[in-house]
Amino acid sequence: MALARRAWAIVALPLIAIILSIITGIIVIVASELLVRQQFNPGLAIDAYVALITGSIGTEAAIINTLVSATPLLLGGLSVGLAFKAGLFNIGAQGQFLIGALAAVAAGIQLRESPVIVAIPLTLLAGMIGGAVWGFIPGLLKATSGAHEVVTTIMLNFVAIATLAAMVAGPLDSPGSASPITRDVGNASLPIIFGRNGHAGILIAPLIAVLYGFLMFRTTRGFEIRVAGANPDAARYAGMSPRRLVIWSMTVAGMLAGMAGATELMGVTRHMTASYGTTVGFDAIAVALLGRTNPLGIVLAALLFGAMRSGSAAMQIQAGVPAELVGVLQATILFFLVASPVIQRVFRLRGAQAGLDEASTFTRTYSGDAAIR
Amino acid sequence: MDGIIDFAYAIPVIGFVFQFVGYIIAVLPDIAPILLRAAVPIAFAALCGVLCERSGVVNIGIEGTMLTAAFVGWSSGVFLLPVIGTATGLPFGATPVLLVSLALALGAGLLVSLLHAWLSISVKADQIISGTIINIAALGITGYLNTLLARSSPVGAGAFARIDTPDFVRDIPLIGWVFEAIFAQGPIAISLIVVVIAFQVLLFRSRWGLRTRAVGEHPRAAETVGVNVIRMRYRNVLVAGLLAGLGGAFLSMEATASFQPGMTAGRGFIGLAAMIVGRWTPLGAFGAALLFASSLGIGQSIKIVPPTGELGVFLGTLPGQFFDALPYVVTIVVLAGLIGRSIPPAADGQPYEREAAS
Repeated sequence: MALARRAWAIVALPLIAIILSIITGIIVIVASELLVRQQFNPGLAIDAYVALITGSIGTEAAIINTLVSATPLLLGGLSVGLAFKAGLFNIGAQGQFLIGALAAVAAGIQLRESPVIVAIPLTLLAGMIGGAVWGFIPGLLKATSGAHEVVTTIMLNFVAIATLAAMVAGPLDSPGSASPITRDVGNASLPIIFGRNGHAGILIAPLIAVLYGFLMFRTTRGFEIRVAGANPDAARYAGMSPRRLVIWSMTVAGMLAGMAGATELMGVTRHMTASYGTTVGFDAIAVALLGRTNPLGIVLAALLFGAMRSGSAAMQIQAGVPAELVGVLQATILFFLVASPVIQRVFRLRGAQAGLDEASTFTRTYSGDAAIR
Repeated sequence: MDGIIDFAYAIPVIGFVFQFVGYIIAVLPDIAPILLRAAVPIAFAALCGVLCERSGVVNIGIEGTMLTAAFVGWSSGVFLLPVIGTATGLPFGATPVLLVSLALALGAGLLVSLLHAWLSISVKADQIISGTIINIAALGITGYLNTLLARSSPVGAGAFARIDTPDFVRDIPLIGWVFEAIFAQGPIAISLIVVVIAFQVLLFRSRWGLRTRAVGEHPRAAETVGVNVIRMRYRNVLVAGLLAGLGGAFLSMEATASFQPGMTAGRGFIGLAAMIVGRWTPLGAFGAALLFASSLGIGQSIKIVPPTGELGVFLGTLPGQFFDALPYVVTIVVLAGLIGRSIPPAADGQPYEREAAS
């Protein structure tokens, strides 16, 4: 009974947020139909949701699509989640993802003729290193000068976009192509193991989630991260070095996001254009928040958002509701999560856990370098 | 004179700097209006950031606020065009539809800001997360509605136009081009100049400014001398929403006459960067916005009118994206304190808890 109550305390608010967002979605669909086409059609919302669900889990191909969409979200969510645990806000998963993908394509082009057994691990490693470098920079800056990671990672996101475009248009451009585009990564592609497009990354990502859980809850480093995230002062008094933990956490977070970029590139696109972009970095923030930085939570949140992404096309085709509705649903879920103190009062959930405890740490450090010494 | 210039240009490495400065001086009068136009949305975003953060509220959601305002401005034009006529005769090509749409765009900026203010001041939710949500939500909702609207191939209400620059302004020697650049703009861009100056004066020379800065630096002290911290923060964040709204309206109602999904294209974030490099002052933020817009503009200019000589060869070897990335790199360098440290207001991001009245 006590266990059930604890479980309820953890899942109550995310669950209510999801339900409220579904209701908001219905209102948005019906209201926008009324506004734009002057038609009142409440059945449209049901059609849309049915199409969304069948499009994401209705068939085997749909389920595989969902898993493929969930893979980068899961890795990105772990990246943002790990940083949250350490009291850091990694808005830079976006840039780390792009640099990871860029490093992977750069390595993959070189290794495209090598044996698969060599090409895949090395290419993946290149992507992880690329992302790690992009995470290390803001970590180092925060630890040494107190420059807040929220701002530096946002800036690095744009530097990543420019770097990617310059590299694809420059050294990585394949000869004889009209517009900038790299070659295929050939043997460095992740093998397709399920259906038509289910690449091996689908299996790698959950494995990393298990590792994340092990690191966080079964190792000394994980304990240090959690202490430093919850209370940097306490960590310092206990003899830990918040500085080192900041650098370490940002680097590993970058590595995870870089891995997301690498698997996406090696498993889905396999080559890169100069306008290669993604929304994974920002969706990953949503995943980490909904999953409350907990590995199982992040897996479930990634699956939910992955399902919404892959079902959105079917929703647009079958029900005529724009695929962008998914963005609205995602945002409203987050909104109800953030407004959880209000939700708690309205639904009388006194025991439910609200918000992220670590959030106070990265907000506290925003206005100065007080928290890191 | 020419001899000196030739000599300076020939010095290795440093010569490049001279050549570059010479190139910029040569092209500046021509590209100044374009640069100013590019700086307008960035500057409005930066001013929005300055006002919020000076009051102690971090606003990462400026990008989303601008995007919402841009969409509302354009789409109200679409809806209202058949209802309100397009009587002309007003300056700046203004029509009643445009004016009402502008008001609605500003209202949208205000509403989004109200949401941020409520979440960060009253609910005391995390301000950075709240801003992130506003960005995600704005992209989703405007994208969704835009797709719906685009199906009926909508007709917008057009855009504000610029007036002709008076001749006597153009003829002012040496700095005439500065005024020409300002006057060669539409009404929203010109209003920016007024807002920057007024904001700078008010922030540092008025009672309101003193109180605002106090609320951002040391809210408890402000409260003990009778400033209502909560009300002050609410009011300032709402006004900041109007500024972001102007920036958004500029994009869809003055720079262009249409809306594209995600058309703010990171300008809200460059605005944050300009705020930091400008050290949380309106004038500094405006200057930084100009500088950043120039970095992007010079990159374009080099493509169109390449400088001659060694400089042209050197710049030709740089990837075109170099100038795109420069503002962000500069911001990181400034933030890290490598060139003059930039420190935010002390209570930035901290929700204010009124002390218990027991």
